[in-house]
Amino acid sequence: MLLLVVAVVLSATFGARDVGWPEIAAALGGRAETIGEAAVTSRLPRTLLAVLAGAALGLSGGVMQGLTRNPLADPGLLGVNAGATLAVVVGLAWFGIEDASLYIWTAILGAGLSAVAVYAIASLGRGGASPLRLALAGAVTTAALSSLTTAVVLPRGDIAGLVQSWIVGGVGGATSDQIVPVLPFLITGLVVTLLSARKLNLLALGDDTATGLGENVALARAMAAAGAVLLCGATTAVCGPIGFVGLVVPHACRLLVGSDYRWLLPASALGGAVLLTFADVFGRIVARPAELEVGIVTAFIGAPVFIWIVRRRKVGAL
Amino acid sequence: MTDPSSCVIARLARIRRERATRRWRVLAILLACLLAGAALTLMLGQSSTALVTVLRVLGGADVPGAGFIVRELRLPRAVISILTGVCFGLGGVAFQTMLRNPLASPDIIGISTGASAAAVFAIVVLAMSGPAVSIVAVVAGLSVALLIYLLSWRHGVTGARLILVGIGLAAMLQSFTAYLLTRAPSWTLQEALRWMTGSVNGVQLEQALPLFVALLFFGGLLFSRSRDLEALRLGDDTAAGLGVRLTATRVSIIVSAVGLISFATAVAGPIAFVAFLAGPIAARLAGRNGSLLAPSAIVGALLVLLSDYAGQFLLPARYPVGIVTGVLGAPYLVYLLIRDNKSGDAL
Amino acid sequence: MSDPLLVIHDLMAGYGEGTVLEAINLTIPPGRNTAIVGANACGKSTLLRTLSRLLAPERGKVLLDGHSIHRLPARRLAQQLGLLPQSPIAPEGITVLDLVSRGRHPHQGPFARWSAADEAAVAEALEATATTDLAGRTVEALSGGQRQRVWIAMALAQQTNILLLDEPTTFLDINHQIEVLDLLTDLNRERGTTIVMVLHDLNLAARYADVLVAMAKGRVYGLGAPEEVLTEQMVQEVFGLESRIMEDPVTGKPMMIPLGRHV
Repeated sequence: MLLLVVAVVLSATFGARDVGWPEIAAALGGRAETIGEAAVTSRLPRTLLAVLAGAALGLSGGVMQGLTRNPLADPGLLGVNAGATLAVVVGLAWFGIEDASLYIWTAILGAGLSAVAVYAIASLGRGGASPLRLALAGAVTTAALSSLTTAVVLPRGDIAGLVQSWIVGGVGGATSDQIVPVLPFLITGLVVTLLSARKLNLLALGDDTATGLGENVALARAMAAAGAVLLCGATTAVCGPIGFVGLVVPHACRLLVGSDYRWLLPASALGGAVLLTFADVFGRIVARPAELEVGIVTAFIGAPVFIWIVRRRKVGAL
Repeated sequence: MTDPSSCVIARLARIRRERATRRWRVLAILLACLLAGAALTLMLGQSSTALVTVLRVLGGADVPGAGFIVRELRLPRAVISILTGVCFGLGGVAFQTMLRNPLASPDIIGISTGASAAAVFAIVVLAMSGPAVSIVAVVAGLSVALLIYLLSWRHGVTGARLILVGIGLAAMLQSFTAYLLTRAPSWTLQEALRWMTGSVNGVQLEQALPLFVALLFFGGLLFSRSRDLEALRLGDDTAAGLGVRLTATRVSIIVSAVGLISFATAVAGPIAFVAFLAGPIAARLAGRNGSLLAPSAIVGALLVLLSDYAGQFLLPARYPVGIVTGVLGAPYLVYLLIRDNKSGDAL
Repeated sequence: MSDPLLVIHDLMAGYGEGTVLEAINLTIPPGRNTAIVGANACGKSTLLRTLSRLLAPERGKVLLDGHSIHRLPARRLAQQLGLLPQSPIAPEGITVLDLVSRGRHPHQGPFARWSAADEAAVAEALEATATTDLAGRTVEALSGGQRQRVWIAMALAQQTNILLLDEPTTFLDINHQIEVLDLLTDLNRERGTTIVMVLHDLNLAARYADVLVAMAKGRVYGLGAPEEVLTEQMVQEVFGLESRIMEDPVTGKPMMIPLGRHV
């Protein structure tokens, strides 16, 4: 919690331009007369978006890891973000959608479809969806979906630039107009996933055991999955695909609060918010005067963590 | 125990003969298709050229008009398509067989990602062009493969760890490439796109020679390991029990497959899903009882050749070949889903 | 042919984090049927893996006729020592004939042609395991017992003097367990193949093996004829289980009857 406050303050303070404390205070008071104050005012929605998106991604990553009993699950790696991307691009190119909530619904639809497809591909054949198969199925689906995305965009010079910058994944240039429509989705997702924490605890013991303990496994899975897809689909609609937050954060939180999902999920939400805000600040500082999109920063933090997790595990568990 | 009866031996020989005949027939048909495909792409385009004229041009005759179109425009495209297709097909099936997983093709587990990320870096940041970019791509492809191998080393390398480390590294490299492309001035965007998706637009016949030499060298290395590769399909333990030296075999298969993939990527970019699709298609056609190297090579060549043709002339907009092959990947995944009565894990 | 001698000398081995085997000294009796028994995680499989060179020892060596197996060329070793792992992988769509033919791998160079000797070895292996009629079928279409016979046929086609098997009867019904063990006994008696197998079932081990090796905590606890090794004291110390040993009324071999708390 404290870390989050620090991160938020940092995010308001640091940027491509140095701004003094008095100006920040003035901007928070509602003034936007000097350039510095204006810069801070523009940083506020951005910070808010980073907090929200980070929380959503951390939470959905935690839920996906629980659902698939798989330490390598992450909305980016599982191809869910790629599904949302394709859906949005198709919506833009062929149906000319402009309405914000329609935009978000499209992304959620794409995310849901690709999540189901990836899980189904990974479960093919003997042995069910092992971490290895799930990661592979996610990578393959991502590759296929990105090809489709490029195929849709390439002949459309008018939207290419827009899509190109959106695909990297960032929170820059956020305005409160963008944030407001996504809020109901995020809040619904938050409530649904937090409510399913107890069910995830049971699912962690295996489907058969969970059934034996009186849980309706199919319903529990569907509910938790719907919550996770809602969260990451909505986030992708606003920020573009941001990878690895959902992977890294639940792992770090598991070290801190243990593996009880009633603690782990809220912790992952907080942790995700902290990570994404810091990553955004970091991206603004290292590449001055330009910026490094937050999606790049998380990939460079996340991929080494991913490899570390893989190396730590015994072969049989893969 | 008693000597085996001669009638049993005769029966086994008959089964073997039938199978060999089938394999040769499939190979012959595939080759015929490839020849026909090549002839088609040389004959038909914006304008069409008679087969006789094509043959005369190839024979060295100077035919006004058609000579330029066939020799300068269509021939390099066809030759490079076939060569890169063979390289991708071989590299892909080698990885899939070695790792015993049809999803574990080199384009998925980061082998070609290294080559293309480096190429984009060379173009966008270092402002390089031409052969220099290719050299950077080959070197980077090999180094990334080495890095993946080293990172998955922990009391030996296992297939599962290699795949996962590759996926992690690939995700990082992809976002790096995407970042570079957002920074790219628009005039390099077209060329950079080639490195994202793969294309044979504007290739020159001179590029074929190094590719051909690489194919001979690395392909030969791969074929010399063909039997060990087949033994690996039985699992690492059984293969070791049969006298396969696991590390040496793995290293030479990886080196040859990575060499093939990197050289092909350096010429045409990471033509998506050719490495991924060639093996499974060849397995469907030729059966699963022998080495898939030769049929996969031809299937790979056919895929690139025909997809490029389709991307140029058959679709409403002009697409680079990598987009066409990449889009082919989606129906294949759907097919895998529909066909889930059988197990999806061996080739 | 003279029986090759497999000798384990002062062997220490493990998987990096911890040593599983400590100071093992053991001579595998040539031309006999040896069964390795012990509790879970006592090092049985690790010993078999080291014997078959899947695992390099941290100290000590395994000698085959006086040569360290970890120095021998892989192919030459595979001509003398065959291995059937616990869960071998049958590639999808492979036929029985093709799988058994893979056993000829160590006898062929990279580009050598399929010879009459190769074909004879395969035919003999199929006949010995009564799988000739299955030759054209795919392996995944077979029952568990048939599949295990096919894998043994592959190991037979390898024509080695020594055959190592890691729990060849796991996952099989009792009738197929007996079928597989009978087959291995035939091999041992008729060809003189030295057989070393890890077995879970003490009574089957005592019945089929000429020599029992009991292992506990990474060491050899006892070695000898089943009558000498399978004692109430051994079961107590190796498995931590109270038991009675009786004579099997059919075979005359020792038979272990576990005592639970409710006897």
